[in-house]
Amino acid sequence: MHEMSIAESVLGIVEDVAAREGFARVSSVRLEIGRLSAIEVPALRFCFDAVVRGSIAEGARLDIDETPGTAWCFDCSATVELASRADPCPACGGGTLQVNGGTDMRVKDLVGH
Amino acid sequence: MCTTCGCGTDQVSIDGKPHAHGHDHGHDHDHGHSHAHDHGHDHGHGGCCGGHGHSHDHDHAHGHGHDHGHGAAPTPAHAHAAGTAPSRAVAVERDILAANDREANANRRAFTQRGIFALNLVSSPGSGKTTLLVETIKRLAAELPITVIEGDQQTSNDADRIRATGARAVQVNTGKGCHLDAHMVGHALEHLAPSPDSVVMIENVGNLVCPAAFDLGEAHKVAVLSVTEGEDKPLKYPDMFAAADLMILNKCDLLPYVEFDADRCEANARRVNPSIRVIRLSATKGEGMAQWLDFVRAGAAEARARRAARPAATPCGGHCACAGK
Repeated sequence: MHEMSIAESVLGIVEDVAAREGFARVSSVRLEIGRLSAIEVPALRFCFDAVVRGSIAEGARLDIDETPGTAWCFDCSATVELASRADPCPACGGGTLQVNGGTDMRVKDLVGH
Repeated sequence: MCTTCGCGTDQVSIDGKPHAHGHDHGHDHDHGHSHAHDHGHDHGHGGCCGGHGHSHDHDHAHGHGHDHGHGAAPTPAHAHAAGTAPSRAVAVERDILAANDREANANRRAFTQRGIFALNLVSSPGSGKTTLLVETIKRLAAELPITVIEGDQQTSNDADRIRATGARAVQVNTGKGCHLDAHMVGHALEHLAPSPDSVVMIENVGNLVCPAAFDLGEAHKVAVLSVTEGEDKPLKYPDMFAAADLMILNKCDLLPYVEFDADRCEANARRVNPSIRVIRLSATKGEGMAQWLDFVRAGAAEARARRAARPAATPCGGHCACAGK
């Protein structure tokens, strides 16, 4: 359940940006969450709703763009898409993979007024 | 924080003293998660936002057409219904873990400047992290000072076990929190004040999920897995084994008595992390400990050498940005 900490970090960034922009309310927040970032998106939504209560972003809509996981396959010598770290290479079935994308967690943008 | 899972920081204590930090967004903490939120804007993606029961097979393909311009900073207001303030979309582009990573880097700098080798031990509860630390301290104390940061939700039992060896330890109680973060470790280091050229062992909260995401400033994450667990744990909890540089297979003295294929376990770990190192040992019986102790010695020697190669240390011991002035 580190999604609670992640949700608090998101709120910290949202409050920071809102203060800088002079927003009284934030009505939506968009995140980019990599599929290999160890985040359960439903849990993050649940925690976000809890954390923003009483804050400038109370009731804000949370949009989450999930970005695909990718890995370098040593057998194919190519970057392949990967749904889970435990999966084999979808192209050759090999198991020697180094994750190289889809681990990021970012606040992309927000709407405030 | 949340009374359900409580991963917030307000219950954190260091050696029993509250670690109060007024982060000042005033959520009132009594959220019963009724989720009848009646906020008046009617975004129409059906049934989103953490419904209970977590069946969640809705795909969130919500087609609300928010048209915020992903470009550089503030984009102009788009028109709104009369009577409401105009809203603006703002590009943010910030890493969610940036605050933790900043503090982790500060810890790492402090370690580097003082020639300290720091390890972050992660595992399920009961894999033998504390026993491993106790046995490590007994064997290395004469040649290498070791101090310990213990993370647990409650009790100082683990720190007490470390102190019984004569080593210094700081206990961080995370309350209901499920992991240590870099901020907690930074404060624990202030209490611990490890000596230059020493080793700091951070024993994380027993949890194979959450600690994977939080850099504490360590040189390596060390995942401890015992042979009384399942050999498929690296596949079940791949994030942790992907984040670790070393896996310790503990309790290997029990291998004859349990159904655990150590070779397959190693292969599973390498599937999620091709470059992971593996050491098989028994902390209680001592088999395999030599290899682990050599790993610690080598890391400590490298940290020392790196400090020696640096220009003169800062008067504060590397805690601030005074750069020696």
